[in-house]
Amino acid sequence: MTTATTNDFDGPSTDASAAALRAALRPRRFGALYVLEHRLRAARQAWTSFVFPALGTPVLYLFAMGLGLGSLIRQGSGSVDGVSYLVFVAPALLTAAAFQTASEEFIFPIRVGFKWNPIFFGMNAAPLSPGQIIDGNVLATSVRVVLNGLVYFALMALFGAVPSGWGVLSVLAALLTALSFGGPLCAYIASLDKEASQETLVLRFVVMPLTLFSGTYFPLALMPVYLQWIGWISPLWHGTQLARDLTYGAGEPGWLVAVHLAYLVATFVVGWQLARRIAGKRLNK
Amino acid sequence: MPTPVITATDLVKRFGDFDAVKGISFEVAPGESFGLLGPNGAGKSTTMRMVGAVSPRTGGELSILGLDPNRYGPEIRSQLGVVPQSDNLDVELPVLQNLIVYGRYFGLPRALVKQRAGELLEFAQLTDKAKTKIDDLSGGMKRRLTIARALINDPRILLLDEPTTGLDPQARHILWDRLFRLKEQGTTLVLTTHYMDEAEQLCDRLVVVDKGQIMAEGSPASLIRRYSSREVVELRFGSARNASAAEQLAGVGERIEVLPDRVLIYADDGERALEAVRGRGLEAITSLVRRSSLEDVFLRLTGRSLIE
Ligand SMILES: Nc1ncnc2c1ncn2[C@@H]1O[C@H](COP(=O)(O)OP(=O)(O)O)[C@@H](O)[C@H]1O
Ligand SMILES: [Mg+2]
Repeated sequence: MTTATTNDFDGPSTDASAAALRAALRPRRFGALYVLEHRLRAARQAWTSFVFPALGTPVLYLFAMGLGLGSLIRQGSGSVDGVSYLVFVAPALLTAAAFQTASEEFIFPIRVGFKWNPIFFGMNAAPLSPGQIIDGNVLATSVRVVLNGLVYFALMALFGAVPSGWGVLSVLAALLTALSFGGPLCAYIASLDKEASQETLVLRFVVMPLTLFSGTYFPLALMPVYLQWIGWISPLWHGTQLARDLTYGAGEPGWLVAVHLAYLVATFVVGWQLARRIAGKRLNK
Repeated sequence: MPTPVITATDLVKRFGDFDAVKGISFEVAPGESFGLLGPNGAGKSTTMRMVGAVSPRTGGELSILGLDPNRYGPEIRSQLGVVPQSDNLDVELPVLQNLIVYGRYFGLPRALVKQRAGELLEFAQLTDKAKTKIDDLSGGMKRRLTIARALINDPRILLLDEPTTGLDPQARHILWDRLFRLKEQGTTLVLTTHYMDEAEQLCDRLVVVDKGQIMAEGSPASLIRRYSSREVVELRFGSARNASAAEQLAGVGERIEVLPDRVLIYADDGERALEAVRGRGLEAITSLVRRSSLEDVFLRLTGRSLIE
């Protein structure tokens, strides 16, 4: 007796399954944007904690580093990397701020969503997939980094720290910096389950040293050779050099620019894909 | 029976080398209120997560609305409302925003979501809490909000994992009333519980699960009829004396169960059984005649009580 496989479990057959297929079209396509929307609504609830750092940090740093430290350096060696200290340090402050933002945004919301207030499980019980949940968080952080970066850039221009017309693209260098570090960080944080304050360890023993030793406040070449490798593996160094190329034309050879770009993109893609996989394992045990 | 909305056949879930669900089969008809009754660790949540298309099965077949969750996860989930065992409302958003944002996950238009969110707050009796922070809600309110959230997509099936565990009696009754309304409106409910009174109140039909297996299936009344007597006499002789008292009671009623804290006599006429106890010269510290419940069914099936 051979029967056609009309009641095959795989095959949608009823009105209900047809309705399900229709209803899932939008979440399948736009799921990550709904996660982004959630993050933006949450940000609106606490907007002061987003606006004040976005404005305050650049003003403080540009004044302290650019003008304060800058005038000290002007009295000494005169210039750094062929330009005034303000011009040299401003793009680095921009990327370092993006780096810092990414550190926080890929630690806390991810840790919260999987563990402390497990809203990711709620999203996934709705039609959103683990990958979309990660993507939405990457988008949310990207939006914040770009908006902060534009504010930072406007202030840099106001301080006269951007000689090149290509300068505004340094905001994209800042975004790449944020994602390059953020991708792997997101994957790591997504894999954490037990409480052990790894967050503080990351901020203290990874983010802090990378900020200091990535050619941010002084050229990498001034560091002892045995410490320069920190810069080479640091997304912040690659991103900062890219930003410098864009704001004042730091005069790096084309191949090195390509290395910066490739390194930033590759680390992001690997980390991001890993984070999506880990999220899937975590949410769909 | 109309085409079932859920069909599970020999469903298995293994974590490492531990079988949490060991081949269970059941069907749920549209509009039905179906329960999984069982103690902690029975595999209820694990089963619900498989039905909710967020946990891949290790073996067996599963079809939700005619679709295989392995392949059609988002499609199935678009038609479900899920109340998980522990609340995962977003504490960074106030009450109303929690509903709106959740509705958006389904790709529903903002205007529709807003309108439904308002109606659902009404349903959950939380209208005056629309702008309240989640942390300022009581446990019962959070649970009601989670149920409201699960209804935002007008689901075909509502999955409730232990909807009232941890709530005080009053909050439980408010919640039961809300769920009863949904049942009356014809919403398909699938709920897990380890409270026999909850199962009796809300389920048309249920399966008793223990250690990942189905022990029995039927309506609450038919299960009680099949596995228990009409009435039960509960006697407490003091924990040291229960066992010896039970020995002297042999032959009274249809069946006797000895628990650490009491002796149960199953009989169709409880008062007569109690007289028989007195006739043997035994005086209990407390005695009580009550109707049989699902608790007794569970005890009969597993030799253990549902809670603890
Ligand atoms: N992710 C998991 N990994 C390992 N074991 C699990 C996991 N989830 C549940 N279990 C185990 O499976 C069994 C059934 O759990 P669960 O479905 O939560 O039971 P119930 O909801 O009936 O209390 C328990 O012994 C539990 O420890
Ligand atoms: Mg459970």
